[in-house]
Amino acid sequence: MKGLTKYTTLTAAIAAAGLLTAAPALAQKALTIVSWGGAYTKSQLEAYHKPYTAKTGIKINSADYNGGLAEIRAQVEAGNVTWDAVDLELSDVVLGCDEGILETIDISILPPAPDGTPAAKDFVPGAVHECAVGTIVWSTVYAYDTTKFPGEKPTTMADFFNVKKFPGKRGMRKGPKPQLEFALIGDGVPVDKVYEVLSTPEGVDRAFAALDRIKDDVIWWEAGAQPPQMLADGEVAMTTAYNGRLFNAIFTEKKPFEIVWDGQVWDLDLWGIPRGSKNLKQTLDFIKFSTDTQRLADQAKWISYGPVRKSSLPLVAPDMQPHMPTYTENFKNALQNNFEWWADHQDEMNERFAAWLAK
Amino acid sequence: MAEITADQTVITTADGVPLKSRLAQAERRKKIAAFALVLPLLAFILITFIVPILDMTFRSVDNPVVAETLPRTLAALETWKFGEVPDEPVFAILAEEMVAGSKARTIGKVATRLNYEMPGSRSTITKTARRLKRIKQGPYKEAFLKIDKKWGDPDLWARLKQIGAPYTLSYYLAAVDMQYDAEGNIVSQPEDRQIYVPLFVRTLWVSLLITGLCLLLAYPIAYLMATLPTGISNLLMIMVLLPFWTSLLVRTTSWIVLLQTEGVLNDIAVWLGLIGDDNRLQMIYNMTGTVIAMVHILLPFMVLPLFSVMKTISPSYMRAARSLGATPPRAFWTVYFPQTVPGIGAGSILVFILAIGYYITPALVGGRTGQLISNFIAFHMQKSLNWGLAAALGGILLLGVLALYWLYNRIVGIDNMKLG
Amino acid sequence: MAALPPYAGPLERSWYYGFRVLCGLIFLFLIMPILVIVPLSFNAEPYFTFNESMLRLEPEAYSLRWYEDIFNNPQWVHSIKNSFIVAIFSTLLATFLGTLAALGLSRAYMPYRTAVMGVLISPMIVPLIITAAGMYFFYSKIGLAQTYLGLILAHTALGTPFVVITVTATLVGFDHSLTRASASLGADPTRTFFKVIVPLILPGVISGALFAFITSFDEVVVVLFLAGFEQRTIPRQMWAGIREQISPTILAVATLLITFSIVLMSVLEGLRRRNERLRGIRST
Repeated sequence: MKGLTKYTTLTAAIAAAGLLTAAPALAQKALTIVSWGGAYTKSQLEAYHKPYTAKTGIKINSADYNGGLAEIRAQVEAGNVTWDAVDLELSDVVLGCDEGILETIDISILPPAPDGTPAAKDFVPGAVHECAVGTIVWSTVYAYDTTKFPGEKPTTMADFFNVKKFPGKRGMRKGPKPQLEFALIGDGVPVDKVYEVLSTPEGVDRAFAALDRIKDDVIWWEAGAQPPQMLADGEVAMTTAYNGRLFNAIFTEKKPFEIVWDGQVWDLDLWGIPRGSKNLKQTLDFIKFSTDTQRLADQAKWISYGPVRKSSLPLVAPDMQPHMPTYTENFKNALQNNFEWWADHQDEMNERFAAWLAK
Repeated sequence: MAEITADQTVITTADGVPLKSRLAQAERRKKIAAFALVLPLLAFILITFIVPILDMTFRSVDNPVVAETLPRTLAALETWKFGEVPDEPVFAILAEEMVAGSKARTIGKVATRLNYEMPGSRSTITKTARRLKRIKQGPYKEAFLKIDKKWGDPDLWARLKQIGAPYTLSYYLAAVDMQYDAEGNIVSQPEDRQIYVPLFVRTLWVSLLITGLCLLLAYPIAYLMATLPTGISNLLMIMVLLPFWTSLLVRTTSWIVLLQTEGVLNDIAVWLGLIGDDNRLQMIYNMTGTVIAMVHILLPFMVLPLFSVMKTISPSYMRAARSLGATPPRAFWTVYFPQTVPGIGAGSILVFILAIGYYITPALVGGRTGQLISNFIAFHMQKSLNWGLAAALGGILLLGVLALYWLYNRIVGIDNMKLG
Repeated sequence: MAALPPYAGPLERSWYYGFRVLCGLIFLFLIMPILVIVPLSFNAEPYFTFNESMLRLEPEAYSLRWYEDIFNNPQWVHSIKNSFIVAIFSTLLATFLGTLAALGLSRAYMPYRTAVMGVLISPMIVPLIITAAGMYFFYSKIGLAQTYLGLILAHTALGTPFVVITVTATLVGFDHSLTRASASLGADPTRTFFKVIVPLILPGVISGALFAFITSFDEVVVVLFLAGFEQRTIPRQMWAGIREQISPTILAVATLLITFSIVLMSVLEGLRRRNERLRGIRST
């Protein structure tokens, strides 16, 4: 019997030794960079990851997530950080920094613009943060399948919420952000008043009431790659989506979709580092590399998201300009995501949204 | 072994030890030997499985954050009376501890914890902590109130004191749609936040529905297989076992392919002219999808126990009943059916236990309305990060499942569990 | 039911055929979802429904491109490798521990038998989401989360109940006079174990091992919580695929998995027959 138990521990020990030594060897010379998947991750792969690997020889594992701080907090609190850099929304950066789950980043390490302007001045306001460095300006818009609306076309956010006039299923992101903003804009609130209204309990009720009216017609999506797919499959007639994904579907895959820029909600994406990253130095080096003027401009070749460095803008190809959220024509009725409001109300709204959804 | 000597009243072994104790000793040795064989696995399961689950259930009552981050503030609040706003000394201590918590980056967790009990109060804490760094000296009360007037709300202080207890029942209360009010009484959650009790009810109801449907579908085919010659019934058995052995994700994928609006079944229906091309049926991403896919996945678990019970029922009973003049339905109902009840019991409990904790299929095909309690546990684990609530919901689910498991053991006996 | 008696009336006759049609439909419900995706995985177009040229069996409508996709995609290849590593190690460990325990459990002298059995079977009963959550917290604490070892241990725990159940079932009919006969013929316990006990329980051990293997191979909830990027398995990769967009590549993977499960099932069926033959049980 003793022999047998000894054998058990022996087997376990051999297996353990073999695997434990194998695992770190695999993880050592690679960075895990996490982003939103699909066409967006592909643009980062082309503009950042590949040149970085070519330059340094460091392999990059690209993993996907669907936004939010959940996975990061889980890794930090469990003391088991496997992500090195994460592409975050600004409100999540503010929240994550407050919560102490992101590393602080000294912005003085960032390279200046080619003309010598220091990084702090070169980035658009809000794009460099105590805990993160910005990469893109992106926007949530809605798009429709032109074949489904042969007659009158939807042109405003209110049309999205009008299922009588424009029948058909709607796609929306499964979360309160920026569904509440859309609901209020669709309900007739001017874009500059949205957060003012949303800061009152009645305003929140009004937003949910507006969502209630189309609730039965909505199919909820979670990953950025889903909405163009749902539109292409005919699951929905119109859907909210990230503008870059739609650009990819319309111009690369030649789908018959039309973007409605009215009432777009734009935001910044930034690189953040989960606190306790095992490859901190290397990750900082990667962030430094990927946010220089040329790299940010390169990224806009692959997807229609704007660079956050002023010095990158002239380097973006002119034929790409009309597809950027910040293009004058598209920017007429646009709302910037209010990261402070969301940092304060994220939990409450998430919970209320989940409860509302389950009813 | 033992040499029995007849002339002694106490029977002993050759070396003089009474036989009785020798036998007891031998038996003990055998018991230990048997137990020693089981011990490695028992220890393994305890460490890799039972301990983690106990650890998780502990999280449903564990509440250390505030007690660890603001210990002196809590001590200063000992004498505080409900309905008051504390004075300068308490504010001064709180300021000091908040700055320290800010440096240690633990204050965010306090804010999150407070936010569970008092939605919207997260920013009060984080904002104050951020600005306090610049305030070097008192009076603090004034400074606090200037940063956020909520510090003048006695309820905030009541909550702060409330969540300072190292253990709490508030997660369990939240899991049954209740909460503490500021004074510490247990009250119902506001209407728009009551979701878990209806969700538990829905989960039970759906599991019952699935169990019922499985029984309804499994009974005829089990009966058919039990009465057909072995060769054919073995062939039919393959059709039950193949789904059983096929990956869960494969089966879920195929249901998506079949049921989606542009999927195979809708295409066939349109082609046959049953429905128009523009009013295709929504059969997936709702409760219908969840129920169809889960019935398919769990059906083999009902067929197998039914089949093994029916296999043992001799057909002569039915013939006897018929020859005594019973009509076929009557013969079936009074003679055959009662004998299959153990199989029905075993299959039903098994299917019900598996259904009640299902996660993958509802998550993939359930859409908004087809979500079950497991999906909300996952939601709180991965998205909202309210791990205490996830643990409490999990604890309640676990209790229910263990009760059913106990029942199953009583009725069927785990030893009689058959596979394949 | 076996055959329709010659004296059956029209009512009985129609019931007889009606019942068979009903059963046929239920069998169709069981098997159709699995079979329908096999031809679709050879679809040349990235759609999930049969188009006309497929129905006309035109060769151009079919292609192997989605199968090529799997093997050209490093993530899929990596996940296939991972699935086998984790499943093989956890199966070995589960089979070893489970068989030992089953040997102990089926001894007449085993104390607290029911209680111990209850604990040993519990990994099969506890909802996976609870298991996964518990393991996630605990394994993270002791540094086993997002390691191969952690995943193997977790899957071992999930697989052992199957081994215990199948091996115990084999031992129920075990004739203990065989071991005594072996001993009286001069074999020492080790020799008896390997020459008498092992051949008899081997079918049970192997089918238990197969169950343990498929449990690990198919498991996704624990993997979702416990595995890092490096440890992604096939089901985890499928899960990500289904959630984002079902590409036909997933159907190709599904078809490969169906083939694989047919192989495993045949092995198991062969073993069951061998077992019945060896123990002289006639299927009735």
